[in-house]
Amino acid sequence: MHSLISYFASLDSPGVYLGFGAFQIQLGNLIVIIVMLLLFVLALFLPFPSGKERP
Amino acid sequence: MSIREDRKTEPVEEYYTWTGKARGWLLKHLPADKLLPQDQPSYVASWIYVFGMGAIVSLVFIVISGVVLSLNGPAWYHVSDFGHFVNSVHLWSVELFFITMVVHLWGKYWMAAWRGGRTLTWITGMAAFLVSIVAAFTGYLLQTNFDSQWIAFEGKDALNASGIGAWFNVANLGQIFGFHIVLLPLAVGAVVALHVILVRMHGVVPPIDAAETDAQLQGATDQTEATR
Repeated sequence: MHSLISYFASLDSPGVYLGFGAFQIQLGNLIVIIVMLLLFVLALFLPFPSGKERP
Repeated sequence: MSIREDRKTEPVEEYYTWTGKARGWLLKHLPADKLLPQDQPSYVASWIYVFGMGAIVSLVFIVISGVVLSLNGPAWYHVSDFGHFVNSVHLWSVELFFITMVVHLWGKYWMAAWRGGRTLTWITGMAAFLVSIVAAFTGYLLQTNFDSQWIAFEGKDALNASGIGAWFNVANLGQIFGFHIVLLPLAVGAVVALHVILVRMHGVVPPIDAAETDAQLQGATDQTEATR
């Protein structure tokens, strides 16, 4: 487990690259883009908690 | 009587020095109830409106962890466990800063947030994004590992070709350190502060389909006309 963490945490490792034909992207960058798209869609559709009732 | 009506009835003070004129301008465009409003309009109660503040909170974490890193130096944050932790907090705050800023940008783009005299708010937001990219780039150069060496020597040709290599030399670690911990944080802080002040001056942009006669939009509309 520790070696797995140090593998992913190492700043000197080349990282995992995904290729689709001419298109290539690093896994970390792809994850960040997917997280941003997910947050955007969730922000539009998730109900916002109602605040305290004020006079 | 509302605060707004009350203000209209006050006698108009004459300003004749630059300090007085500046005070008059600020009181007119940024009164206390706009600078620190008690409530926000009902349309702000949506998750899409929280990402701007998310970016500001991330920026606060970046600055605090950055100050701790620079006070202790690389001999500390490359070696000790706590140094590694603070270094990681700095990196992940930057990740969150960019993630929240990009979702904020998407949200504002799709609601055409430059409407109602908010052009400068939009422009300062874009400036904050661009200056932040430069700040993040100099941060990657300061990792002092093979990654930063690779990024510097990939980037130097493009920067030299653009003509700024003499003033912004990615191979000069000390210079890049100065840019990263002094000039660029000041630039990001100043642009973000101006952006937030402009948001307070003009109010949070209403939804596209909001009626102009909506009582909640009256304050923002008055302000927009006053600044034209």
